[in-house]
Amino acid sequence: MPRRTVWVVGVATPVMIAIGLLLARSSVAANTERSSTATVEVTIDNFSFNPQTLTVAVGTAVTWTNRDDIPHTVTSDDGVFKSKARDTDEKFSYTFDKAGTYPYHCSIHPKMTGQIVVH
Amino acid sequence: MSDEKQDAIDQKLQDLDSDGIDRRGFLKCMAWAGTGLVWTVSGGIPVSRAFGQSKVRSTGTGGDFSFVQISDSHMGFNKPANPDVAATLQAAINKINGLATQPEFLLHTGDISHLSKPEEFDNVDQILKGASAKDIFFVPGEHDVIDDDGKLYLERYGKGAKGSGWYSFDKRGVHFIGLVNVVNLKAGGLGLLGPEQLEWMRDDVKSLTSSTPIVVFAHIPLWSVYPQWGWGTDDSAQALAYLKKFGSVTVLNGHIHQIMQKVEGQVTFHTAMSTGFPMPQPGKAAGPGPLTVPAEQLRSLLGITDVNYVRGHHALAIVDSTLE
Repeated sequence: MPRRTVWVVGVATPVMIAIGLLLARSSVAANTERSSTATVEVTIDNFSFNPQTLTVAVGTAVTWTNRDDIPHTVTSDDGVFKSKARDTDEKFSYTFDKAGTYPYHCSIHPKMTGQIVVH
Repeated sequence: MSDEKQDAIDQKLQDLDSDGIDRRGFLKCMAWAGTGLVWTVSGGIPVSRAFGQSKVRSTGTGGDFSFVQISDSHMGFNKPANPDVAATLQAAINKINGLATQPEFLLHTGDISHLSKPEEFDNVDQILKGASAKDIFFVPGEHDVIDDDGKLYLERYGKGAKGSGWYSFDKRGVHFIGLVNVVNLKAGGLGLLGPEQLEWMRDDVKSLTSSTPIVVFAHIPLWSVYPQWGWGTDDSAQALAYLKKFGSVTVLNGHIHQIMQKVEGQVTFHTAMSTGFPMPQPGKAAGPGPLTVPAEQLRSLLGITDVNYVRGHHALAIVDSTLE
């Protein structure tokens, strides 16, 4: 099985690169659409964001879920996004359409910090 | 309270009563979870004493008064750490109404509500109406200013206050200062007073004589209890610098849901128990969240703080008592 997996990847990689090159030549709109289906999770446990640093592709939606018994917020340091207070099990999502580094914190408990790196 | 602890408290009272100066100077922070303590402010330094003795002390010198601090009601919280915070707030009010010496007023040091919802504030107000003391002074906790930067809090509790809700008042020669350190918090930071409030405070105390007893109350501790958990205030040193000339400064905080005290020079710092739910001791849990204990233990970790001012003594007498 390991041997077969390697073979599949070995074939798949050049194919994906080829597709990527084709897409890169097509419109930006198509590129965005393709990426926007991705969703990545951040959890809030014990007053911390996990993972604290998350790297995603442009167009990715990030969803935060508060698993503490205390409300938290997800607040961009630079004012890019700001959730309402999220109580236990409540979620907040934001789609990152531009590359960059987005530091954020909980505005109620500012010791809680994290960042999303988008490229 | 154990005899050993009682002895320690009595000794401290004697130290303070001799000349109003705590010869031991800096005291390490002490946790008195689940006990009943009385504080006496004498010579500007609050001294803790056994709860049951407060009446004797406070009626002995005349011209005295007391007030009670409650904190962290978290109305709206309904998780396992306490499914009924309304009942425990009611128990706190019953406790206050049963005190031998009735307080002239109450201080609430914030986190009145859990999520800043109108109905949560309504529920607290309704329960507080049952207190025999009718004057209640508030400062907000971070849970009272959620999502609206404290607009609703100010509408309800901030009449006559400055900025985000700070103010001062005088009672029988004691100057009280209510501070707000839960708004405009910075990423990675602790509680924050901010330059505007600090400037106001500097002017507020400027004309007071150094013999005026000062009581400062705010939600987040104004001393560094445990910064890793956000239990401190970034610019509190500046506020305390304005109070250096005073012989008696008592700082009352909440936020950490447990009793801690520190005496540093003329300043006594004290935090109150919550009426809502307990929290872990610093560093003794993965984070500063609600601590779930067996139901029969809950009320031994919740409580009120009774503060007695005794004329002729510089120290305020502070008594913590649980809801048991």
